[in-house]
Amino acid sequence: MAEPILEIRNLNKSFGALKATDNVSLDLRAGEIHALIGPNGAGKSTLIHQIAGSLRPGSGTIRFLGRDIGALGVPERTRLGLGRTFQISSLAPDYSALRNVMLAVQARQGTSFRFLKPVMADRSLREPALEALERVGLAERADVPAAELSHGERRQLEIAIALALGSKAFLLDEPMAGMGPEGSKALTTFLDGLRAEAPILLVEHDMDAVFALADRISVLVYGRIIATGTVDEIRHNPDVRQAYLGEEG
Amino acid sequence: MMGNPRESILNLVLVLALAAIPLVATGMGEPFYVTLATRMAILALAAVGLNFLLGLGGLVSFGHAAFFGIGGYVAGIAATHAFNNEPLLFGLPGTNQMIVIWLVAILLCGLAALAIGVISLRTSGVYFIMITLAFAQMIYYFAISWPAYGGEDGLSIYVRNGFPGVNTLNGLHFFYLCFGLLLAALAVFSVLRNSRFGAALEASRQNQQRLAAVGIAPFRVKLVAFAISGMITGLAGALFADLNRFVSPSMLSWHMSGELIVLIILGGTGRLFGPVAGAMVYVLFEFYLGGITERWQFFLGLILLGVVLFARGGVVGLIAGKARHG
Repeated sequence: MAEPILEIRNLNKSFGALKATDNVSLDLRAGEIHALIGPNGAGKSTLIHQIAGSLRPGSGTIRFLGRDIGALGVPERTRLGLGRTFQISSLAPDYSALRNVMLAVQARQGTSFRFLKPVMADRSLREPALEALERVGLAERADVPAAELSHGERRQLEIAIALALGSKAFLLDEPMAGMGPEGSKALTTFLDGLRAEAPILLVEHDMDAVFALADRISVLVYGRIIATGTVDEIRHNPDVRQAYLGEEG
Repeated sequence: MMGNPRESILNLVLVLALAAIPLVATGMGEPFYVTLATRMAILALAAVGLNFLLGLGGLVSFGHAAFFGIGGYVAGIAATHAFNNEPLLFGLPGTNQMIVIWLVAILLCGLAALAIGVISLRTSGVYFIMITLAFAQMIYYFAISWPAYGGEDGLSIYVRNGFPGVNTLNGLHFFYLCFGLLLAALAVFSVLRNSRFGAALEASRQNQQRLAAVGIAPFRVKLVAFAISGMITGLAGALFADLNRFVSPSMLSWHMSGELIVLIILGGTGRLFGPVAGAMVYVLFEFYLGGITERWQFFLGLILLGVVLFARGGVVGLIAGKARHG
């Protein structure tokens, strides 16, 4: 089997006495959606932060596309192709949806130290940005400042940005959070198609979406992965039922 | 593109008003007002530099007097050496040519800004404010304790430096020289703001986490902005020394840094013509209120309080409404 796109080995992270990440190993293979589930406080976001580079792990390795990225910062990891969305939308609030995506296109082109050409007239920025907005169904809201978008629209915009970056793997931190049932359904369909483009590590509380989408599921409890498997395996795993799904009823 | 018609009209009015003051004053035989208008133009230029960092990048430098003063001392020191016919450095002579002085001032301020920026941009918020202040105060005390160039007493420029084809001793001519540089700086500001670099800089103000997450390291963007900002303010300092024919450590003091921040807040933070509106209002207050009472800064404080509480966008925001970012 081919080497995984993203390979996490024996990752540890402690905050004082609390082990937020406890010897976590995890793979993301080409073409798959790997869901990461677990109760609140299980350390899912902490893990995403370490993969994205905004938090240094205590120990362990993170390999992306065959390369150890443990020493790299957030911008470098993004440029290698790790596209990440935030649990709480993180956008440039004064900028329109379009300009938010244009910033990603500009970053992807690697040309932020250009001082003359006006960006708003730059078709090499506008067109890919509009295309990304169209894909997530936000094209008609392109000129609205991010601060004025609805919660769900901001979630979509985050994904449009990750698309525009040409990401080779997506880290999606609760993309469905706060979306209405219709929005979740549309996003589920969208992510279903997206996995062919690049694999997705999906942190999500919406179990319907997880069971509909995931090729594999890892269950994180108190910083440890207690099980990894297919949807069926996880559904019937007694530990998981006790630790997690049981509480969900 | 994203033009705001009211803002464009306001900008035009400001430009025409500033350009007209010296003409009218000369016609009325009141050369003092020419000096006043020149002061407006130079302070506006200095504030355009700071506005680049503060308005676009959201970085409150409380140490821009450092660049203003370095620019001033470049003009003063070059002129002194030229006047006394003494070699300056490495056998190079002084000069009384403004173009050379400006270029040296811009270059030195760019280097100084890089050095200060590399350290201070590792901090943010209050720490950034304090560390920029600390750097400027270091240079201030250095100037005070450097007897070769006047120390505490400052340094006089006996004859205003020259510019080819312009009689700089004529107040009106000198004004239009400064005014032309102000317009050029505004053009630079506008072009940079609309460029890719400007987009990255404005994004770093709005959300650094986002900027990093699209793969642009905020530090380098801010450092380059800091250098450009210092260079523009340094150029203004050189002009200011030539206007007063005098440079002293007060140009380097924290009062000066504060004055530049006040100008920008009064005029409209991040707005293209905010520094121009701010400088005009400020110099008018200074002159008229200063004529009525020695405590004019108390009233300026009240006005500033009013602006911060009720008109966050300053003069430009009050008249032209909120900024749109496209």
